[in-house]
This record gives sequence, structure tokens and C-alpha cells, in this order.
Amino acid sequence: MPITQIETVGKDTLNRIAEFGEFCRFCASTLSWAVVSLFSPRVWRLIMPQLYEVGVKSVPVVAITGGFIGMVLAIETHAQFKSIGQENRLGGVINVSVIKQIGPVLAAVMLAGRVGGALTAELGTMNVTEQIDALRVMGSDPIRHLVVPRFLACVLLSPILTMYSSLLGVLGGWVVSTQGLGVPNQPYWFYSQYSVDNWQIFEGLIKSVFFGGAIGLISCYKGFSCGAGASGVGRACTEAFVSAFIAIIILNFFLAKLNKDWYEAIYGVQSVFG
Amino acid sequence: MALIELKNVTKRFGQLLVLDDISLAIEAGKSTVILGASGSGKSVILKHIVGLLKPDSGEVWFDGLRIDTMRDKELMKVRRRLGFLFQGGALFDSMTVADNVGFPAKEHTSKSPAEIAALVQRCLTMIGLPEIGAKMPGELSGGQRKRVALARSIALGPEVIVYDEPTTGLDPIRSDVINELILKLQRELKVTSIVVTHDMNSAFKVGNRLVMLHEGKIIEDGPPELFRNATNPIVKRFVAGEADERELAGLR
Repeated sequence: MPITQIETVGKDTLNRIAEFGEFCRFCASTLSWAVVSLFSPRVWRLIMPQLYEVGVKSVPVVAITGGFIGMVLAIETHAQFKSIGQENRLGGVINVSVIKQIGPVLAAVMLAGRVGGALTAELGTMNVTEQIDALRVMGSDPIRHLVVPRFLACVLLSPILTMYSSLLGVLGGWVVSTQGLGVPNQPYWFYSQYSVDNWQIFEGLIKSVFFGGAIGLISCYKGFSCGAGASGVGRACTEAFVSAFIAIIILNFFLAKLNKDWYEAIYGVQSVFG
Repeated sequence: MALIELKNVTKRFGQLLVLDDISLAIEAGKSTVILGASGSGKSVILKHIVGLLKPDSGEVWFDGLRIDTMRDKELMKVRRRLGFLFQGGALFDSMTVADNVGFPAKEHTSKSPAEIAALVQRCLTMIGLPEIGAKMPGELSGGQRKRVALARSIALGPEVIVYDEPTTGLDPIRSDVINELILKLQRELKVTSIVVTHDMNSAFKVGNRLVMLHEGKIIEDGPPELFRNATNPIVKRFVAGEADERELAGLR
């Protein structure tokens, strides 16, 4: 019995390593085609509809998420800051959180849910109905034709959607803080300006590029490798969202650490409390 | 001389042995029909021929080129010499019929949009559906989808057309239309045809040579007459469409 269990664990491990290897090959192939395709007008014609799918259709979801996050942050932090007489500095904390951390992460999570699920379902259905095999048989590379436009759309539009989400988060935080909770307008913006510099904005945008890339690659890979039938496509969609979510959280940690190290090396530690 | 050759090909999916040391040579210009029960490995043979699957052991050759060890880029060039009709058509459902048929030419040639439109019209006329270019695949019947898929597979003037169950799911009249179409393409385009089917009417109508698979092995190979007068009991039952005692046991 123990031998069988060891065998099962071994087989499972090997399968996972093989799948990870496949994913790495898929990523390498996508990235190499993406570099070539950036200069191809034919691929740009394929990217345009994807820009609409990924970008325009995601605007409402991302806007609502960003706006309400800013408002919630204002409500949650106001009492604590007020208790130590620092409510004037609320703008700094809310806006740093929205622009650097919560804005990009939540915008990416919403993208993973809305766009990632749709990409996996679309490519998964194409896989199940042999449309991807049909492309291969016609001598076309399905990665170049199907994955690269979707991947590039995710990478290019993720920072723009994040900017939009963060902007609405900033507005939401400002409305609740100044109009609802009585924080004076002038110090609110003064401390916001003090805490949020170009680096913080840049950090949020850089993160969103990586998040967009991860969402595009994971969602397309899951679609390409999904099992047969409707249940296979459904399972692939769920796996795509869960994997993209985990990737976003892990990437966020490493990118935050990397950015913090670089920032401190260049500017030193800067406190929001001055 | 054989245009396509499988040499001692073995293929497993997990524990399941699908092809067991199969050797098969397909001659140019002829119509070869591969027969067998569902799950006997017919479609797996086709997917080896177009390089969608690689054998666990053995070799696959196309016109003097070994394709089972080829890199993807070289394989793409070989695939452009083949047309493949998928069982469900595999039309791109986000494109119109005309875009589907014109897709290979758009991808692999430098033809102008007007030339591609003319080519699409020629292909659609050849399959007898000249007026459906603007329709979406979702608006077509099963038979029309297969005919449009066939039009797409002949768009680049292939040397070989591979048909995966071309008549499955169609009524007898539509099936006969597809059979006639296969013969017409054979006649007019002088292509090599490989047809996978379990429809004996279709096999007898379109095949110059019939090959029967059973449990991963070729059990009969010859002209249609050999199958009409089969002595092998498995072949005989398959041609007559009769289940054996073992297969019926589960019903009792």
C-alpha cells in the first residue's frame, strides 16, 4: 500500500512538472512571437478587436472596483487617524494604497475574472471543436494567430485600466474623506502630493504590465490545454481564474519587494507621517 | 510509389494501445479509405499523417520527408500541401463563410483581396454553395458546414485531402452529396484522398482501396471487392453491420 501511495505521489509530481514545462514552452513561444508581431500590420489587425474586448468592455467593472475601494479605504482609516489627530494626512495613506497596491491588484483581479474567463472559454471552445487543430493543419501557428493578439491586448491595456481604476479610487477616497467625513480639502491634497510621487505611480503601472501579461498567458494556456467537452471548458475557466489570482498575489509580493529595494537605494525611506 | 508512409507506428494514450505496430503506404492519386469501429484508431492515423500527433515508436513519411521528427516550422510547410476535413468541420465561428474559405490564402499567399474573393467564389462554386459567403457558420446546416470546410481545405490547391468521417451525422441524401463531392475533387483536382469512415456505403462509393483497423492492427487491406466478399468474420460483420455475441451480451 505505501508503495502505491508513493507511486501516486511520484506520478502526480511528474505530471505537474511536465505541465509546468509545457506552460514555460507556451510562454516562450508567445513571447518570441509577440516580439516579432509588434512590427507586423497583419497582427495589429488581429489585436484591434481584442483591445476592444479586453479594454473597452472592462471599463465599467474596473471603474466601479477602483471607486469603491477608495471610498472604503477612507471610511476604514478615518477613525484611526482621527484618534491620533492626524486625519489631515488621510489623503497620503489612501492615495499611496490605491495607486501602489490595492488599485493595481484589484484591477488585475477583476480583469482575471472578466477577461481571463472569457479568453479561456473562447479558446477552450475552439480547442474542443478542433478549430485550433484546423489552424495547425492549415500551416498556421495558433499561438501567433490566437494567443499573441490576446496577450498583447492584456499587456497593453492593463496599465491603462489600472490608471483609470486608480484615478477613480483617488476620487472616491477624496469624495468620502472631504465631503462625507469632514477632512479639509487643502491638507488632504497637500499630504497626497507629499506621499505620492512619480515613483509610486510608475510602480503601480509596472505591476499592472506584469499582471496583464500573467492573465493573458495563463488564460490562453488553460484554453489551449483544456479537456474535452463542456465540463473541460468549465474546469479550465475556473483553473484559469484561480491560477491567475495566485500569480497576481505572488507577483505583487516580489514586485513590491523589488520596487521597495530600488526606491530605498535611490531615495531612502520616506514616511507618510513626514 | 507511396506518397505517405507509416512504418511500424505504435501509439498509446496512457495504458490504452491505439495503434499497434501499424505499417501503411498510401499511393498518390488514389482514394484510400480507412475503416474501423469507433475507437479503433482511424482518426489517430490521420492525425499522425498531418503531424498533429507523434508516434511513440515508428516513422511517418510524406513525399520522402520524415515528418514525425520534423520541427514545427518545417512541418507547417508540409501541412500547406494537405487539406484536412475535420469531422465537425472546425470552421472558425467568429468569421463568415467567405473569410473561413479565404483564410489559408490570406495567411500563406500574397494574393490581393480581390484575388482572394475570386478564389473563395471558385471554391464555393465547386462545392455547390456559391451564394453563402456572407453567412456565419452558425447559420449553416451540418452538411453545409462540411462542404464549406471542404471548400476551405481545397483553397490552396492541396496534393492530398484527408477526410475525417465526412458523412457522420448526415442523412443519406446529404451523405451522398458529400461522397459525390469527394469523387468530383478526386477527378477534377487529381488529388490523393484519404477517407476515414465507418459508413460502408461511402467507403464502397469513394474508395479505390479499403483498409480495415481492428484493435490497433490492420486486419484487411485491398480493393472494395475484397470487402464485399470478405471471409474474415470481423470484416464480414463490419460490412454487414452486425454485432457479435460478445457485444450483445451486455444487453441481455
